[in-house]
Amino acid sequence: MAKKTLSGVVGFWSDDHEIVAAAHKMREAGYKYFDAITPFPVHGMEEAVGIKRSFIPYITFIAAVTGGCVGLLFQYWVAVVSWPLNIGGKPLFSAPAFIPVTFELTILFAALSSVVAMFAVNKLPKINPPIIDPDLTSHKFALWVPETEPGYSPEKVEAFLKQLGAEEVRRVAEF
Amino acid sequence: MIERKPLILGDKTYKEITDDICEPVETKPGAGWIALFFSAKMLLLFYLVSIGIIVTTGMGLLGVNHPVGWGTMIVTFVFWIGIGHAGTLISAILFLFRQKWRTSVARSAEAMTVFAVMTAGIFPLIHTGRPWLDFWLIPYPNQRGPLWVNFRSPLLWDVFAVSTYATVSMVFWYVGLVPDFATIRDRAKTKLRRNIYGALSLGWRGTGRNWSHYEMVYLLLAGLSTPLVLSVHTIVSFDFAVSTLPGWHTTIFPPYFVAGAIFSGFGMVVTLLTLVRIGFPKFKDYITIDHMEAMNKIIMATGMMVGYAYASEFFIAWYSGVTYEKFAFVNRAFGPYWWAYWIMVTCNVLIPQIFWFKWARRSIPIMFVVSIFVNIGMWFERFVITVTSLHRDYLPSNWGMYAWSRWDAAILFGSFGMFLTIFLLYLRVFPAISIAEVKPVLYVGKKSKHGGKHHG
Repeated sequence: MAKKTLSGVVGFWSDDHEIVAAAHKMREAGYKYFDAITPFPVHGMEEAVGIKRSFIPYITFIAAVTGGCVGLLFQYWVAVVSWPLNIGGKPLFSAPAFIPVTFELTILFAALSSVVAMFAVNKLPKINPPIIDPDLTSHKFALWVPETEPGYSPEKVEAFLKQLGAEEVRRVAEF
Repeated sequence: MIERKPLILGDKTYKEITDDICEPVETKPGAGWIALFFSAKMLLLFYLVSIGIIVTTGMGLLGVNHPVGWGTMIVTFVFWIGIGHAGTLISAILFLFRQKWRTSVARSAEAMTVFAVMTAGIFPLIHTGRPWLDFWLIPYPNQRGPLWVNFRSPLLWDVFAVSTYATVSMVFWYVGLVPDFATIRDRAKTKLRRNIYGALSLGWRGTGRNWSHYEMVYLLLAGLSTPLVLSVHTIVSFDFAVSTLPGWHTTIFPPYFVAGAIFSGFGMVVTLLTLVRIGFPKFKDYITIDHMEAMNKIIMATGMMVGYAYASEFFIAWYSGVTYEKFAFVNRAFGPYWWAYWIMVTCNVLIPQIFWFKWARRSIPIMFVVSIFVNIGMWFERFVITVTSLHRDYLPSNWGMYAWSRWDAAILFGSFGMFLTIFLLYLRVFPAISIAEVKPVLYVGKKSKHGGKHHG
C-alpha cells in the first residue's frame, strides 16, 4: 500500500505568471509527478503541469440520467402500480404532471454526485493534513516534486528549482 | 473603445487581499455590529415566540379564512424565495456569462440565497396547520395503504423544487467556501480556530489537480443551478397558475414570477451590500460603486419587465373577453385593495426609473432607499396576486375580505429577525468575499507589471 504522505522538495514563487512559466519548463525537462500548490486556480496551470481535463462531467451526466429515470419511474410506479387513482377519467400515467419532480431529481442527483465525486477524487475530507507553508493559501505559489518522481534525488531537484527561479527551496518531510 | 474598469481598487497585493477579507473574521466586532445583532436577535426571539403561539393555538390566530385561504404565510414564503433568486443569478448565471464583476459580490449574494430560502421554508411548513405532520410531504413507504403524496399537485412540485433548490444552493455555496476556509485555517493563531476552520475546509490543499477538478465542479454546479433557479420560481408560480381562479390562471406567470424574483433579490442584495460597505469600509475596494451600479441596472431592467407583466396581464384580461378575468383585474386596481395594487406599481415600476440617471445609480443613499422600496413593492406584489384574486372570485356570495391580524404582522416582521441574525453571524464567521475568486481578477482593468492590459 502506498504511503499516506510523501516526502519531497518544494520551490516557492510569489508571482503567478512566473510559476506557470517555471511549470512549463519543468514538464519539458521530463518531470511527471510534480504538481503546483496555489491559493487560487492559476490560469494556464493545468496545461503547464500537464493535467488532463477532469472526468467529473461524465459522472454528472450518468447521475443526471439516473436521477431523471428514478424520478419518472417512481412516479409511474406510484400512479399506475401502487396506488392507482382515477381522477376525472384522466390517464393514470399523466406524464406532463410528472415533469417538474423528474426535473428536480435530475438536477439534485447530478449536483450532489458531482460534488461527492470531486471530494472523492481530491481525497477530501482529510483530517489534519500536513501543510507545507501557511502562505500557500494566501499569496505564495509553489511547485512540489514528490519522492515518487522517477530518478528522484533531492539535490538535483533543489538545484533545478533554483535554476527555474524559485525564491526559496525547501525539503519537506511529508505532504 | 470601452475601457475596462478595475474590479478591485487600490494597488493591492495578494497578501493584502487575504488580510482585508479575513479581517472581519479575525477581529472583535464593533459597536455597530453588536447593536444590529442584538436588535436582530430580539426580533428573532419575538418571531420564535410568535410561531410557538400560532402553532400551539392554531392557524385561527392568522387572518386566513374563507374565502382568503392563503395569506401572509404564502405571501411571505413567495417573497423570501424570490429574494433567494438573485444570489443564484449572480453566482451561477453571471458565472456562465463570464461576468467577472460577480466575483466580489457572489459570496454574500449566495449567503443571502441560502438564508432567504431557509427563512422561506418555514412558512409553508407552518401553513400546513399541523407542522408536526410535515413529514407527510415526503413520499416514504408507509403502512397506510401505502398512501403516496399526490405527484400531480403543484404544491408537491413545490416541495421538491424548494428542497432541491435549498440543497443545491447550500452545496454550491459551501464548495465555494472550502478554499477560503483553508486560508483562514492557515492564518489561525489559536488551536481552536485552526481546528474549526480546518474541519470546515475539509483539509483542502490547493494542488493543481485539486483546482482542476474543483473548477470543473464549480462550472457544473453553475450550469445545473441556472435551470434550477428558473424552475423554482416557475414551479412556485404553478401553485397559482395551475388553479382555475381568475387572476391566477395565466400563462404569463412563470416568466413574470422569475423576473420579479430576480428584481426583488437584487433589491435585497443592494440593501445588504450598502450596509456591508458601511460596516466594513475596507470592502469598498472590492464591492465598488461600479459593482453597485451594475446591480442597479439589473434592478431597473427587471423592474420594467415586471411592469410589462402588469400591463400585459391587464391587456390579456380585456382581450380574452372573459368577464371574470376582466373583473379580477379591475378589482385589483380599483377594488377594496386598490392601495396594495398602487403601492406595488409605485415601488416596482415608478421608483426604479430614477436609475436612468447615472448619478442616481452611483449614489449609495439613493440606491439604499430605492432597494427598500423594491423590497416593499415586491412583498405587495405577492399580496396583490394572492389576496385580491381570492377575495372576490366568481360568485358575489363567495366574496369577503382578508382579516389581517396582528399575528400576521408578527410573523412577517419576525422573519426579518431570523434572516438578519443569520446574515450578521455569517459576516463575522465566514469570509464575506470569496478570497480565491477575487485574486484572479486582481489585474482586470489595470496595467500589470508584465506589460499591457489584462483582458481576463
